[in-house]
Amino acid sequence: MNNELLNTLNSIVANATPLVIASLGETITERAGVVNLSLNGSIILAAMVGFVAALVTNSALVGVLAAMFIGMLVALLVAAAAIELRQDQVAVGFVLTLLAADLAQFLGQSYTRIPGPQILNTPLPLLSDIPVVGPVFFRQTILVYISYALVIGLWYWLFRTRPGLAHRAIGERPAAAFARGTQVNRLRYIYTAAGGALVGLAGAAYSLSVKAGWATPPSMDGDGWIALAIVIFGGWHPFRVVLGAYLFSGLRALATVIQRTPGISIPIVLLNGVPWLLMIITLLLVSSGAIERLLRLLPRQVQGWSRNFLRSDPPAALGTRFEPE
Amino acid sequence: MLIEVRHIHKRFGPVHANDDISLTFPHGRIVGILGENGAGKSTLMKILSGYQSFDSGEILIDGQPVDYRGPLAAIAHGVGMLQQDPLDVAAFTVLENFVYGMPGGLRIPRRAARRRLAELTERLGFALDPEMPIAQLSIGQRQQLEIVRLLALGVKALILDEPTTGISAEQKAILFDALRQLAEHDQMTILLVSHKLEDVIALCHEVAVLRAGRLVGCRAMPATTSELVTMMFGQELPPVDRQSADVSAAPNVLTLDRLHLRGKRVTVADLSLQVKAGEVIGLAGLDGSGQELLLRACAGLLKPLHGRVIVGGEDLTGHPYRDFLRRGVAFSAAGRLEEGLIAGLTLTEHIALVTETGTLVDWERARRRTSDQIARYNVRGRPDSPVETLSGGNQQRLLMALMAEQPVLMALEQPTRGLDVDSSRWIWQQLLARRERGAAILFSSSELDELVTYSHRILVFYAGRVYPVDAARTTIDELGRLIGGHLDGA
Repeated sequence: MNNELLNTLNSIVANATPLVIASLGETITERAGVVNLSLNGSIILAAMVGFVAALVTNSALVGVLAAMFIGMLVALLVAAAAIELRQDQVAVGFVLTLLAADLAQFLGQSYTRIPGPQILNTPLPLLSDIPVVGPVFFRQTILVYISYALVIGLWYWLFRTRPGLAHRAIGERPAAAFARGTQVNRLRYIYTAAGGALVGLAGAAYSLSVKAGWATPPSMDGDGWIALAIVIFGGWHPFRVVLGAYLFSGLRALATVIQRTPGISIPIVLLNGVPWLLMIITLLLVSSGAIERLLRLLPRQVQGWSRNFLRSDPPAALGTRFEPE
Repeated sequence: MLIEVRHIHKRFGPVHANDDISLTFPHGRIVGILGENGAGKSTLMKILSGYQSFDSGEILIDGQPVDYRGPLAAIAHGVGMLQQDPLDVAAFTVLENFVYGMPGGLRIPRRAARRRLAELTERLGFALDPEMPIAQLSIGQRQQLEIVRLLALGVKALILDEPTTGISAEQKAILFDALRQLAEHDQMTILLVSHKLEDVIALCHEVAVLRAGRLVGCRAMPATTSELVTMMFGQELPPVDRQSADVSAAPNVLTLDRLHLRGKRVTVADLSLQVKAGEVIGLAGLDGSGQELLLRACAGLLKPLHGRVIVGGEDLTGHPYRDFLRRGVAFSAAGRLEEGLIAGLTLTEHIALVTETGTLVDWERARRRTSDQIARYNVRGRPDSPVETLSGGNQQRLLMALMAEQPVLMALEQPTRGLDVDSSRWIWQQLLARRERGAAILFSSSELDELVTYSHRILVFYAGRVYPVDAARTTIDELGRLIGGHLDGA
């Protein structure tokens, strides 16, 4: 396989990583029944803070931690407004996304276009020597490897562990969760915070790696909305979410390649629209009865697994309040 | 396990839901808790199972006072409750639901859980597939799962709230056998809340009767229906005569001609029916057997694949609902708040929707009309109350008030679902008054005695097949068999 193709694939994975991390974070939050709509603003603010913290301390690790803290803070605001103040989650998240983005541009004014610390690629020994797979997946930054672990870890957590049952239950039917001794609102805080921390990490993945540095307007603006769409596209399932993120990143790369190719002249606006179109088509396919009928033909053992994988309904209690008696 | 409650009081605002209730529930016995809607039986059971706090009084288990908050603490003391709508998670499989809430380590012990589940279901004669998603189970199966789950948690007293609502006769038989086994063999304490007297008579060793928050009587079974009714209402209700009016000379108000109807799960083929003015036709069958398709087709809410719907001589096949309304067809849906009324709107706003035809609403007039209708239909609610604050019986009364004064045909989905004896009798008085004035009634119901009492003819639906029965000659037993699918043996 030629090098250029491998490089392109490698960059698709790298560029998808912040999307993967942010949409996994949102998956954690929404599985618990809370919708954190502040993603776009959170990512921008976390990216700025992460970059500045890394710059000032000259430590990428401090930058990453600071970014995660910011993401968590914004998410906790959403959770507190929803649970404590009984506000509408969508409204609060929407206001916060605008606020955080503006705040980032205001506070980050004096740090634009300065070179700063970056997280560099660390090829994994042995694994990176595997043909094709190695160069594409294992010559990446540590953040990319973390995203792999997150995907598998979150899947295992949600579908294979006891706390994972409680996690899903508070997003599906909090009254049933409460009846089984789960502390619904406490867990909602925890999962919203955990999800927010990942959103912050996604911000750091931009400003310290994928789109290193800080600029106004922020280069990652809009990706938070894409991450939210990927969660829906991914049916709140970690594997499908990661698939969605890679697909989106791949289509973006394709658009760039086509744009550069002489002889093909497709308007750039059209190319940028293709990923969305594909998402809508896939969603329609998944939510139509066709998949359900197909499922019935599969052997019973696979059915449960694939039902989780192919479901298109949001967690039943998403965005609702729960007040124990 | 011996459970005692002593001097329990519980108030909801001005309502004294439980007024100084003291009762003893011994082990090995099935105790029926009887009472009308709002008598306080559900409140008492929720208090016993930790779902509800109480103001004063105490609960003793095996002589020891216990103080528990929350359903989990109650389960730890051995008291578990099966809610009317089982508290499970629809997105989970049977096995996941079974495991969720049990103590243990991080990983779900699938194999061990599956074995335990199989063991318990087999012993009680239940049938549950561990990999089946809850969303695909019937209410009866979800109850079975919940019972098995509570048993696995070591519950020694089981409280069941209206467990026979919405389950088939076969599932009811399985449930009752299991409960008898648990009481007799395992010496469990079983409490059955029900407003269906035949269930209590069939199953219980003792009954306790509540009325308006107070305990009005306890007795050992057996007792007859009329004895129980006397305890519940303070007096025996007069029996209602079966409908026997001769309608053969009356004009046709509805003709269905070789109708083919397709629903989500069931198809009704080649159904022809003539309904005469003043005739009452009961539609029997398990939920989703095709009755609702017929009712909706009669009201123009479901377009038939083939065949014709003729109302009062006019072929309305394929016409919009509006045209059916204009011809005097009235429809009411089983889901009162889902389809019949609009949650969030007040009584006045509902009346205005029906009566105010201009662009601007004359609220003064609408409110006056609402007060009139409230008085006339005896609705317990104010003109400004949002409809969701009304009880089920009062919602049904409001639906009656919203219906056309003199319809030609009434298509009613379970008009008395979840209502107590008194309320459903009142609803029927209203319906029969309209029938006297010439309206035909088509109604579905899951209450066999209601079908037998009020219908001239009964159509039994089973998986889309339709079997006509002469209401004057059939018995409740025969009807039960037919509904269960024994159409040929009848």
